Amino acid sequence: MAGKTLYDKLWDAHVVRTEEDGTGLLYIDRHLVHEVTSPQAFEGLRIAGRKPWRTDTIVATPDHNVPTTDRSKGIEDPISRLQVETLDANVKEFGVPYFPMDDIRQGIVHVIGPEEGATLPGMTVVCGDSHTSTHGAFGALAHGIGTSEVEHVLATQCLVQKKMKNMKVAVSKTGPGVTAKDIVLAIIGEIGTAGGTGYAIEFAGEGITDLSMEGRMTVSNMAIEGGARAGMIAVDQTTIDYVKGRPYAPKPELWDQAVAAWQDLKSDENAVFDHVVEIDGSQIQPQVTWGTSPEMVVGVNARVPDPANEADSVKKAGMERALEYMGLEANTSISDIPVDVVFIGSCTNSRIEDLRAAAEVAKGRKVVDSVKQALVVPGSGLVKQQAEEEGLDKIFIEAGFEWREPGCSMCLAMNADRLESGDRCASTSNRNFEGRQGQGGRTHLVSPAMAAAAAVTGTFTDVRSL
Amino acid sequence: MEKFTVLTGIVAPMDRANVDTDAIIPKQFLKSIKRSGFGPNLFDEWRYLDHGEPGMDNSKRPLNEDFTLNQPRYQGASVLIARENFGCGSSREHAPWALEDYGFRVIIAPTFADIFYNNCFKNGILPIKLDESIVDELFQQTFATEGYQLVVDLEAQTITRPDGSSISFDVDAFRKYCLLNGLDDIGLTLKHVDDIKSYEDKRKQQAPWLF
Ligand code: SF4
Repeated sequence: MAGKTLYDKLWDAHVVRTEEDGTGLLYIDRHLVHEVTSPQAFEGLRIAGRKPWRTDTIVATPDHNVPTTDRSKGIEDPISRLQVETLDANVKEFGVPYFPMDDIRQGIVHVIGPEEGATLPGMTVVCGDSHTSTHGAFGALAHGIGTSEVEHVLATQCLVQKKMKNMKVAVSKTGPGVTAKDIVLAIIGEIGTAGGTGYAIEFAGEGITDLSMEGRMTVSNMAIEGGARAGMIAVDQTTIDYVKGRPYAPKPELWDQAVAAWQDLKSDENAVFDHVVEIDGSQIQPQVTWGTSPEMVVGVNARVPDPANEADSVKKAGMERALEYMGLEANTSISDIPVDVVFIGSCTNSRIEDLRAAAEVAKGRKVVDSVKQALVVPGSGLVKQQAEEEGLDKIFIEAGFEWREPGCSMCLAMNADRLESGDRCASTSNRNFEGRQGQGGRTHLVSPAMAAAAAVTGTFTDVRSL
Repeated sequence: MEKFTVLTGIVAPMDRANVDTDAIIPKQFLKSIKRSGFGPNLFDEWRYLDHGEPGMDNSKRPLNEDFTLNQPRYQGASVLIARENFGCGSSREHAPWALEDYGFRVIIAPTFADIFYNNCFKNGILPIKLDESIVDELFQQTFATEGYQLVVDLEAQTITRPDGSSISFDVDAFRKYCLLNGLDDIGLTLKHVDDIKSYEDKRKQQAPWLF
């Protein structure tokens, strides 16, 4: 008999019941909540006279709308403020654990869940946010849900789900100077933004297992950009070492039992995947996106592709539209594209390791004059604190970067941090959609080291040559 | 949730692949704490020439006359045909809320992003996956015939074209049942409270650190 994949195991361990057509009722262990996708869910509970099933499974924090500058004055935009105040009031009314804006533990949900140990191996983790895939890096089944489902999980601790298919993406060992972000962008370039639709992906191979937990989270974070709601990585010693001692981790008397159970959180040797993709890690170069979809990506030493070479008419039209929006000519060298703004942050790349990588490039260098703004936005208050203890803030400030308070910031520009129309940004975030970072803004997705390199040289520069 | 049984509606074409949720409803409108009123800002950046913000009087804003949905022939459309990977990007349910508020009850595409597809059913919208070649045909026919209409019958799982020819489609039995009856699935799940509790009891033994 075929063995089970990691996803099969996680599914089986959480099925409460199965309907005749295969629809499962899945038990949820951790529910992360933020201000944007929760107000209508809490309102629904209130109208129906329902209560959360288990408040101890919830962790809530505001992240999308919070200012990244001085917070003592509160939130200036009244609509953003109302949304955060609504969350403040809802968590109070329903007794939900909360890290408010002025708490040192506040930050982007996908950064603080793992940081607090609230994300554990073997869990089911959901959040009204597509980048919940991040938590799959811990051998957890984690994916984004809509607001109706947020309400459903609040009320029942369960989610109505159809089982997904299994896909394995195996990446062999990568070369020096290639980061987790480059790996995941290369994967998306290979499978396409819809390649993972209907699948739960498991990332495997030395290219993945060599990564730290921070790096693995970067990879899982962007599974959704490859179309897969969930992107998992098997548990190993790296996972266990990361979790140990965190506030929400199992208590000492249960630790050994938990670790023993987590050993099984990997696919069986004889597990069968519906689809397997193999990627030669040694061929992966530092990546830069050139278009308006994360699959529109090439190595830094390549050129902007030419739609004339694309046979598929729908794809060709998409490329032409993307080039027009991005203000780029086909066949331009990526390294000749000038950058106006640099953004280092987001749930993809705002953890301590990301900031260290960017600081290493920034150290002793200066943001060039042609770059009008370079922002560094830590993922959480604790990341910020640690970075300051290591002196990273000073390196950034000395080089001409702005050092900000934690939040989503210019990843989607719901707060005051945004691009002006026509601005070209080297961004460590995850989406380069039209208007994502501000109407008319042009986003190029890169790793933290590449973003810092762009800041100090003014164009996309192969960080390995600095 | 509004029931979905049979719908006869004008078809509007969205002739782009990978239409993302940021395009369907830009982020500034996500600041609302309500569930309704998103229709006027559906496809905001494509539909208007100026920059939209919440609270604006949308009826006074300059329209982008070139944008499909602004063309007179597609006014009142309730069926949207789209290209592959429609609804990719974020999990925002504001996307189906905006489509539904605008008046769309059926979306037809070769493929949808998973979260968006799921969110549609929770909001009385029927997303239908059809072969790319059939979707292509529907695009051609929509472009060719002003006022092109389709009849979508969920119970029978058929789409009938003006010439009487019909196309059948797949839908999960459970989702179909909920949509046909306009059922909110929280109520359905709460019928299984005993199952949930017994699962919890068992799980507490196996993984006590989760409780
Ligand atoms: S950082 Fe960006 S992608 Fe991540 S949760 Fe915030 S807005 Fe979403």
